[in-house]
Amino acid sequence: MSKITDAREAVMVGRRSDGTLVRRPLSPHLQAYDMMQMTSALSITHRITGTLWSIGLVFLVWWLVAAASGEASFNGAQWFFGSFFGVVGLMGLTAVAWYHTLAGVRHLYWDSGRGFDLPTTYLTGRAVLIGTAALTALTWLIMLITWI
Amino acid sequence: MATFTLPKNSTVGEGRTYSAPAGSKNVKSFKIYRWDPDGGANPRTDTYEIDLDQCGPMVLDALIKIKNEVDTTLTFRRSCREGICGSCAMNIDGLNTLACLKPIDEVKGDVRISPLPHMPVVKDLVPDLSQIYAQLRSVEPWLKADTPPPPDGERLQSKEERAKLDGLWECILCFCCSTACPSYWWNGDRYLGPAVLLQAYRWISDSRDEATGERLDALEDPFKLYRCHTIMNCTRTCPKGLNPAQAIGEIKKLMVERQG
Repeated sequence: MSKITDAREAVMVGRRSDGTLVRRPLSPHLQAYDMMQMTSALSITHRITGTLWSIGLVFLVWWLVAAASGEASFNGAQWFFGSFFGVVGLMGLTAVAWYHTLAGVRHLYWDSGRGFDLPTTYLTGRAVLIGTAALTALTWLIMLITWI
Repeated sequence: MATFTLPKNSTVGEGRTYSAPAGSKNVKSFKIYRWDPDGGANPRTDTYEIDLDQCGPMVLDALIKIKNEVDTTLTFRRSCREGICGSCAMNIDGLNTLACLKPIDEVKGDVRISPLPHMPVVKDLVPDLSQIYAQLRSVEPWLKADTPPPPDGERLQSKEERAKLDGLWECILCFCCSTACPSYWWNGDRYLGPAVLLQAYRWISDSRDEATGERLDALEDPFKLYRCHTIMNCTRTCPKGLNPAQAIGEIKKLMVERQG
């Protein structure tokens, strides 16, 4: 017998018509539910972007450490961030950061007790998506103009 | 714990197909989750082709027609057939709702029907709700007051006090919302879930109840209340148009406010 770590284990055992015990199946969840609906899709994206942003910070730390370690290592880091994958990665990270920030503001709005009705939820959800696209484009436009 | 796949004994296989009678013109397929404790096999999906010209408009009408005319072994809960008892809550076309309130023509393509998600299955579309009932009991969903009622009548409320209960008392405890909540799927052993928290808030916001402090104390817990991450699946799926997410938000606000 394995240790029971979940109280719900108790209801996973049922009986057949003849009284013998049978292990009940768990009903389908992710397999059956519409996970592409706005509500849960935006929620899981908030978590994923939060994780990706944390990973992105590791690259920021690498860049800073490289800058502090001398010219050779800084040039290496600069080469990576200037390469095709580096730029695409940074663009992705910008989108991730904007999404997580805007969705975070949406959560603060909810925390103040407002915006819980469905029309507003959908409105703010769409605003987060459109805002992410617009602000990411704007960020890179400004950066490219400053660089070139 | 979050386990994204189904256990080995719960994966769903293909089942039988029951064809529509010859000459049917308006045929729709109902793909229904089946599991029989006596069979010893894994769950399966049976397909029932139904002539909609010979069937009522709601999904529950189709289920009853199947049970009456096609396959008497199909098992599901139903009672009032008008959205007030909450018995026929199930997952239809990817969302939880009441079969009696869901028009068949709202579903494009085949009608996929499975039990309320992430629950132990008793048989076919019947989930075991004992855990969730125990959680409901734990919030003591009844009036608690030390002061005796006035000797000449009931405990009265102003119209404004009564209005605070609108959107809360209408809950029929079908548990569509709780079983639509991914957080409840992963942490349902300790997180109370939207339906039960809405009931908790119904008594917290009742002007006649004198146990608000105790009730909030009982909910002040990292799991019972704060596993709500405002995913909003609950409000999205409620067949009665209620807003459990807002009720939970109000409880969270009261928690902060009482800290002063």
